[in-house]
Amino acid sequence: MGLNSTRAEAERGILLTTVEKMTRWAQKSSVWPATFGLACCAIEMMSVTSSRYDLARFGSEAFRASPRQADLMIVAGRVSQKMAPVLRTIWEQMPEPKWVISMGACASSGGVFDNYAIIQGVDHVVPVDVYVPGCPPTPDALMFAILKLREKIQMGLPPKYLELAGEGRRTS
Amino acid sequence: MSERSEELLDRLTQRFPDALEVVESIDQPTVVVKREELLAFAEHLKSVEGYVMFNDVLAADWFPAHPRFEVIYQVVHPESWQRFRFKCRIDEHEAVPSVVSVWPGANWPEREAYDLFGIVFEGHPQLTRIYLPDDWEGHPLRKDYPTGGNRID
Ligand code: SF4
Repeated sequence: MGLNSTRAEAERGILLTTVEKMTRWAQKSSVWPATFGLACCAIEMMSVTSSRYDLARFGSEAFRASPRQADLMIVAGRVSQKMAPVLRTIWEQMPEPKWVISMGACASSGGVFDNYAIIQGVDHVVPVDVYVPGCPPTPDALMFAILKLREKIQMGLPPKYLELAGEGRRTS
Repeated sequence: MSERSEELLDRLTQRFPDALEVVESIDQPTVVVKREELLAFAEHLKSVEGYVMFNDVLAADWFPAHPRFEVIYQVVHPESWQRFRFKCRIDEHEAVPSVVSVWPGANWPEREAYDLFGIVFEGHPQLTRIYLPDDWEGHPLRKDYPTGGNRID
């Protein structure tokens, strides 16, 4: 850098990595979620960004109102039959690569709402990377899921939708 | 029931002697109205008795009894804060007259009852589904509708 006076000093300041690792690091450090609160679980999702839990430590506090600026969809709550096409459209509008967290019993399996109105698991509609159990899951649990997702990205594992398509095998 | 409610019920039964049946209730005066007289009764209730505020249309399915459905109307007198409930009993393939012409506020509640119970309101300006997707089959709050969730896989 400009402040290094000798060549030896300059070389000490260089960090070697691969482009891929660097990209993954950048990706996992700024996973921006799309706001998709559908029911009671959304309250816990909101509190995860508050000062008490402080999701900003992991770079995921910026909930985007537009799917085009989001990397992660947190499905927080029950998905009704009528909401399913909307959810799918929003997921399709998100730029790749994209990830999905299914938050809570309802999103993961329909929960107690085993009836005509609710989709029995959001994985019928979009491919899910991480499931969070609980009714509702605590903010800590959601944060744990986001940390798991970060691990997944760091390891170079493909997002679920690519995995299902048989693409994006683990590289390096 | 208060004295006032009893007076009201007396007045109504005198006005509609053949169409009304007073039923017991713990909270507010309640009558069952014959389907044929429902619209006239509603008009009277609004313009003469002053129940101008419409709250809700509810429905109950008494499957397998006949008549199967009970349509329940809730109205309020906004000055005396009196509530009033009237019901109409119909069977599966019968229709009730819509009260939208009397209380415009009945529009959406009637659509809700149509959507979830399949009750047909004759003369409703736009009787289409309100909650469920337009291509939905059946009426989910009927007692003979499956209670379990829809298995996609
Ligand atoms: S899992 Fe529980 S808290 Fe979450 S949406 Fe369902 S009922 Fe609400």
